[in-house]
Amino acid sequence: MQFLTDVTLILDSTIRLAVPLILACLAGLYSERAGIVDIGLEGKLLAAAFAAAAASAVFGNAWWGLLAGIGAALMFSAIHGIASINLKGNQTISGVALNFLAAGLTTFLGQSWFHRGGYTPQLQPEQRFTPITLPFADQVKDVPVLGEIYWELISGHNLITYFAFLAVPVTAWVLFRTRFGLRLRAVGENPKAIDTAGISVTALRYQALIITAVLVGIGGTYLSIAQSAGFNNNMSAGRGYIALAALIFAKWRPGPALLVCLMFGFLDAVQLRVQGFKFPYIGEVPVQAIQVLPYILTIILLAGFIGRAIAPKASGIPYTKER
Amino acid sequence: MRQPLPRWVDVALLPLLNVVLAFLIGGLIVMSVGQNPLQAVGIMLYGAFGYGSGFGYTLYYTTDFIFAGLAVSLAFHAGLFNIGPEGQAYVGGLGVILAALAVNGLHWAFAVPLMILAGAAFGAFWAFIPGYLQAKRGSHVVITTILFNFIATSMMGYLIARVLKPAGINSDESSPIQMITRVPQLKDFFGLFNHSPVNITFFLAIIALGLVYWLIWHTKFGFALRALGHNPAAANYAGISNEKMIMIIMAMAGAMAAMVAVNNVGGVQGRLILNFVNGAGFVGIAVAFMGKAHPIGVALSALLFGALYQGGQELAFSMPGITREMIVTIQALVILFTGAMGDMLRIPLEKVWARFAPPAGAK
Repeated sequence: MQFLTDVTLILDSTIRLAVPLILACLAGLYSERAGIVDIGLEGKLLAAAFAAAAASAVFGNAWWGLLAGIGAALMFSAIHGIASINLKGNQTISGVALNFLAAGLTTFLGQSWFHRGGYTPQLQPEQRFTPITLPFADQVKDVPVLGEIYWELISGHNLITYFAFLAVPVTAWVLFRTRFGLRLRAVGENPKAIDTAGISVTALRYQALIITAVLVGIGGTYLSIAQSAGFNNNMSAGRGYIALAALIFAKWRPGPALLVCLMFGFLDAVQLRVQGFKFPYIGEVPVQAIQVLPYILTIILLAGFIGRAIAPKASGIPYTKER
Repeated sequence: MRQPLPRWVDVALLPLLNVVLAFLIGGLIVMSVGQNPLQAVGIMLYGAFGYGSGFGYTLYYTTDFIFAGLAVSLAFHAGLFNIGPEGQAYVGGLGVILAALAVNGLHWAFAVPLMILAGAAFGAFWAFIPGYLQAKRGSHVVITTILFNFIATSMMGYLIARVLKPAGINSDESSPIQMITRVPQLKDFFGLFNHSPVNITFFLAIIALGLVYWLIWHTKFGFALRALGHNPAAANYAGISNEKMIMIIMAMAGAMAAMVAVNNVGGVQGRLILNFVNGAGFVGIAVAFMGKAHPIGVALSALLFGALYQGGQELAFSMPGITREMIVTIQALVILFTGAMGDMLRIPLEKVWARFAPPAGAK
């Protein structure tokens, strides 16, 4: 039974670690499907994490934190939108700038407001999203295998985790079964067709950016007030980039995105557990070797060695109406 | 009727206004937390230029930023966005330390060229792979260079902690390079720089600026490079091998970025330490955009960022309310306004010109 417990524990932390990736990845999916490249996911994640922790610490309520997290991501999205939709600037550069802006501002404001070397105050349980016990979880937890799986894996997560897993089928439905989704995909492939049909390219792209901001804002909130009890410097730690990699890996589709994020989360969970562990035959696997796996896998995919990842056609190109 | 702006407005005034805008917003942010931005600027100016040691540090940072800025600029002229100088410099550090330790004890006049070559080779290799993947497999360098930064961090972390670290040292670092082998610091020749780490790599940076200018605007290779950047299809039609060009240019950019390691590993630390690049590669992105990827612009903006970084250190002592990260914020605003929103002020400026300047045909 020890083996089963170990596996359940690893899978449990896989879920925890995958949540911010899933949210950021879906966020990127909306914007990239609409033709806006979003290198700035990392920055939005970080800014949202900081805003959520700061607001929750000041107002004493997790929901204010969530609102602030989404608000911060929306502000970043607005800058990105002005630069890349209205001013037709380079979207990659704008994203890079937003990442630095988040890195600089969160530390600077954190130090000025809270004077704790970049940390926000430690949050109390009521200021956070805490684990929820699902119905009957207590009763069945002693049932072997199934009960354990229900208790450890399915029950006992926080609200945002359930939201993230729900967001995947919803995204698939929106994208492939609604008029809005069809238009969204069209504007990323051929904005001219959308324009000719009398639909505003600008409005559609802004709508996509708003959804992106809401999702990545929730992801950032998860980092600081659900997974942890406060913000610390650079706590997104490259997750925005990993989400971007996952998005490419999933070829901009929601279902595969979930699987890839879970896989990257699993690698992360394994990496935490194998530190110092000696495998038979192989010996000790350096932590760094597992850390780089998501990046190396993505590069192999990008290079077209395992299938081809083809981005939405108009992605990264500002739309100019003909004069 | 829109009419084009005069060249000097386009080349100098517009970027300058964008930088001023970035600093104004930076100043507002400083004011919003109840600090005085003018006082901060005063302290930073004194810290960066007011005394010998401070000035030496400014030049030391400037050296890093020139190389990183050139690494971005070179690729930029060819239409490639190299976000990887950070990782290229880090891997370049491996070349520098391996060369230095191999000839440890040799006089620097012989050792430093070896360090430069080895560093350049390692940095070039690290940038060549994304170049190859772009040229042959069509994977975008923007994404691959970002990913290569992460891979560099993990790989170098492993190599430093597990391979290069000698027995008997507790922190994660390589064996030290002997004093005689290290890149000599300017304070050995000029008392002015008394405690600062600026070293002869600074002169190398000045030479690199000139070389890049000559390469881009006065050689056949530079012409091909710019042709590729302006119109890849036309370049191809003119008989330029775009694939070959992309790989060569990326490798050159990586070699350029690796010089940051000569400055740091060879000239200051005298050993390879974890994360020695410390963001200098990323500053290169801001430097390149602000300097419009022109060597003169790169030199000026590298000096500005050098002064900001050194002045920022001083600021942290004198005004504890302002942390060094304010500099990262300024850096972000500079990238945003000069890079992504570079044309924001163009239309208002064009209107002003149309009203006050005589029409182009009137002369």
